[in-house]
Amino acid sequence: MIKQILFAVSLLVTLGVFAYTTKKLIALFKLTKPAFPIVDIGERINVMLKVAFGQTKIMRKPVIGFMHALVWWGFLVILVGSIEMLIDGLAGTERVLGFLGIVYNIIFGFGDVFAFLIAILVAAFLFRRIAMNVKRFGGVEMKHKSHIDANIALTIILLLMVTLMGMNAFYILDAQNHGHEVVGVYPVGAIIATWFSGMSVHSVHILHEINWWGHILGIFFFANYLPYSKHFHVFMSVPNVFLSNLNPLGKMTNMDNITKEVKMMLDPEAAFEEPAEDEAIERFGVMDVEDVTWKNYMDSLACTQCGRCTSVCPANLTGKLLSPRKIVMNVRERMKEKGPEMVANGKEWTDNKALLGDYITKEELWACTTCNACAQECPININQPAIILDMRRYIVMEESAAPGELNSIFSNIENNGAPWQFAQDDRMLWADDLTMNAPAK
Amino acid sequence: METTQIKVEVPVMADLFAKGEKPEYLFWVGSAGAFDDRYKKVTQAFVKVLTHLNVSYAVLGTEESSSGDVARRAGNEMLFQMQALMNIELMDGYEVTKIITCDPHVYNTFKNEYTDYGAKFEVIHHSQFLQNLIDEGKLKLDSDVFKGQKITYHDPCYLGRANGEYNAPRKVLGAIPSSLVEMKRNKSFALCCGAGGGQMFKEAEKGDKEIFIERTEDVLETGADIVATACPYCMVMMTDGLKYTNKEEDVKNYDIAELVAMALKL
Repeated sequence: MIKQILFAVSLLVTLGVFAYTTKKLIALFKLTKPAFPIVDIGERINVMLKVAFGQTKIMRKPVIGFMHALVWWGFLVILVGSIEMLIDGLAGTERVLGFLGIVYNIIFGFGDVFAFLIAILVAAFLFRRIAMNVKRFGGVEMKHKSHIDANIALTIILLLMVTLMGMNAFYILDAQNHGHEVVGVYPVGAIIATWFSGMSVHSVHILHEINWWGHILGIFFFANYLPYSKHFHVFMSVPNVFLSNLNPLGKMTNMDNITKEVKMMLDPEAAFEEPAEDEAIERFGVMDVEDVTWKNYMDSLACTQCGRCTSVCPANLTGKLLSPRKIVMNVRERMKEKGPEMVANGKEWTDNKALLGDYITKEELWACTTCNACAQECPININQPAIILDMRRYIVMEESAAPGELNSIFSNIENNGAPWQFAQDDRMLWADDLTMNAPAK
Repeated sequence: METTQIKVEVPVMADLFAKGEKPEYLFWVGSAGAFDDRYKKVTQAFVKVLTHLNVSYAVLGTEESSSGDVARRAGNEMLFQMQALMNIELMDGYEVTKIITCDPHVYNTFKNEYTDYGAKFEVIHHSQFLQNLIDEGKLKLDSDVFKGQKITYHDPCYLGRANGEYNAPRKVLGAIPSSLVEMKRNKSFALCCGAGGGQMFKEAEKGDKEIFIERTEDVLETGADIVATACPYCMVMMTDGLKYTNKEEDVKNYDIAELVAMALKL
C-alpha cells in the first residue's frame, strides 16, 4: 500500500509539472500567427505513417537512419511496458497485462530485446557524439550547452534501458525464488538472470525494486526534462509530421493581406466598394518571434538539432554563414527569451531586441538559394525556408532594405517586366531571322 | 535526307486571336528565354522542335512580363502579386488553358502559386511535354549525333525537389542514343546550382567557395561530355562553372530542348 501511495504521489508530481509546462507552452503558442487550417486528415495520417512511423526520411542516410529507426520502433514497443508499469504501480499489481498471453509474450519479449538493442545503439550514439568528429554536430549554433543537452538525453535513455533489462532479469529470479510463474518471455533478461543466480532472495528482491523504481522514476523525470531540452523531439516530432506542410516544397505561402492591397490597387472601384476596416495594421513578414506562425514555432520545438538540413545546404557547404538548423533553433531561443515576458507583461513588451538582427542576420537570410534541400532532408518535415522567406519579406516590405542588386531587379520588373534592364518591346528579338532545317520538298 | 533551310515563324497570341484562332498551348518564353543571350538559344531550339512537330502553340511576345517568381523569393510579395494578377488577366483574356515553359521557376509559380489567385491553367514543363511526345511515339530521337557521348543531368531545384519531377528529363535524355551518367548528388539529393531565390542577380554572401563551382565539380567527377540542364538559371551557373574550371572545351552545357533539337538535326 505504501508503494502504491508513493507511486501515486510521484505520478501526480510528474503530471503536475507536465501540466504546468504545457500551460506555459500553450500561452506561447497563442502569441504566434495562424499558419493553415488543419484539413486533409487522411493525407496527414498517411504522411505520419510514412515519415514518422515508417521513418522514410531519416533513412535517406541509410545506416544511421536505420539505427534511429530501431530505437524509435523499440521505444514504441517498450511504451506498452511503461503503460503496464503505470497500472501496476497504481493498482499494486504485478505484470497486470499478463492475461494477454501469447500477445504479451511477443510484446514483452520484443521489448526486452529492444531494450538491449537500444542500449547498444544509444551507447554507440554517445560514442559517436563524444569521440567521433561528425561534421554536422558542429557549427556556430552548436554551443557547449547543446552538446551537453544531447549527451544528457542519450544518457537518460541508456539508464532507462539498463534498468529495464535489470527489472526483467531480477523479476525472473524473484518469481523463481517465490515459486511464481514467470509472466512473459525475456530473452535478454533470462541471460542476465543467470549471472545473478547465486544471489540471496532478499538481494534479488531489492534489486528488482531498485530497477523497477529506477525505470519508472527515470521515465517521469525524462518526461519533464524533455520539454526543456532539444529532445522535446520525442513528444513533438510525430505531431509535427502530422501537421506537415502538404503543399509542394516550391509553393510559398500567400500573404492574403497583400492580395487585398494589390487587388485594390489594380481595381480602384473595389477599394471604393469595400470600406476600410479598423483593424490594427499588420506587420508584413517576420521581424520577431511573435510574427512567426504556430507551425514555425512547432518546428522549432520538434527540432532535435540533427543538422541534416545544414549538412545539405549549398550556402553552408560553401562556407556562408547560413545554417538552416540555426534559423530553427533561433526561433525557439527567441521565444524562450521573449515569449514569457510577453505573456506576463502584454504583447507590447519589448527588450529592444528582435529575432531579425539580434539572432538572425541579414547576411544569413540573403545567402539562401531557396533550393529546399534542407526541407527535403528534414526527417520530421520542418520547413526552414518558410522562416527565411518570411524574414526576407519583412526586410523588403517593411524596411525597404533589400541588397542593392535586388532593388534593381525590382525596379526593372516594375518598369519593363523583366529582372533585366531590357525593354518589353524587345521580348521577341530572339525570333527574328530564325531558321531551321526541314525536309526538302 | 535532303534538307532545306526554312524560316521559323513564331506565332504570337495577339495575332492569332485577331484572326479568330486559338492555339492549344501557350509557350511561356520567360524573361531569361527572351533576354539572356545563352538562353535565347534554348528558346529558339524549343521553338524549332515545336515547329518540327507541328504543335499548335503561340507566345505572348511583347505582352509577356516577368512571372514575379524572383521578386517573391527576394521578399517583394507586393511586386510578385502585381505581376501574378496582371499575367493571369492577360492569359485569361486569351482563354489560355495549357502553358508550356522551359523555366522550372515559372512552372512552379504558375502551377502552385498562381492558383491562389484563381488561375486554372495546366502547366507543363518542356521536359514533361517532350517526354509525353516520346511516350506517344510522336517524337523519335534515334539519331547518332550523341552516340558514344556521356551525358549527365543536373536537377533544377524547382523542377526536382520543389515539384518532384525527376523522371521526365531523364526519360527525354534516355531517348537520345547516348550514355547517361548520374552525379553523386542527384534527384532529391541534387545540389543547387546556386542561382535560385534571387542569387542569380546578386553577389554571393561571403564564403569560401561559389556554389556553382561546387556543383561543377560534381559534373566533372562524372567524366561526362555534356551536362544537360532544364532551367535558365542552372544553364547560366553551369556555363560559368565550366568556364571557371577551364573545362568549357571538354564539357558542353546544353538544355534538354537543345539536345532534342540537335538530335533531330534541326
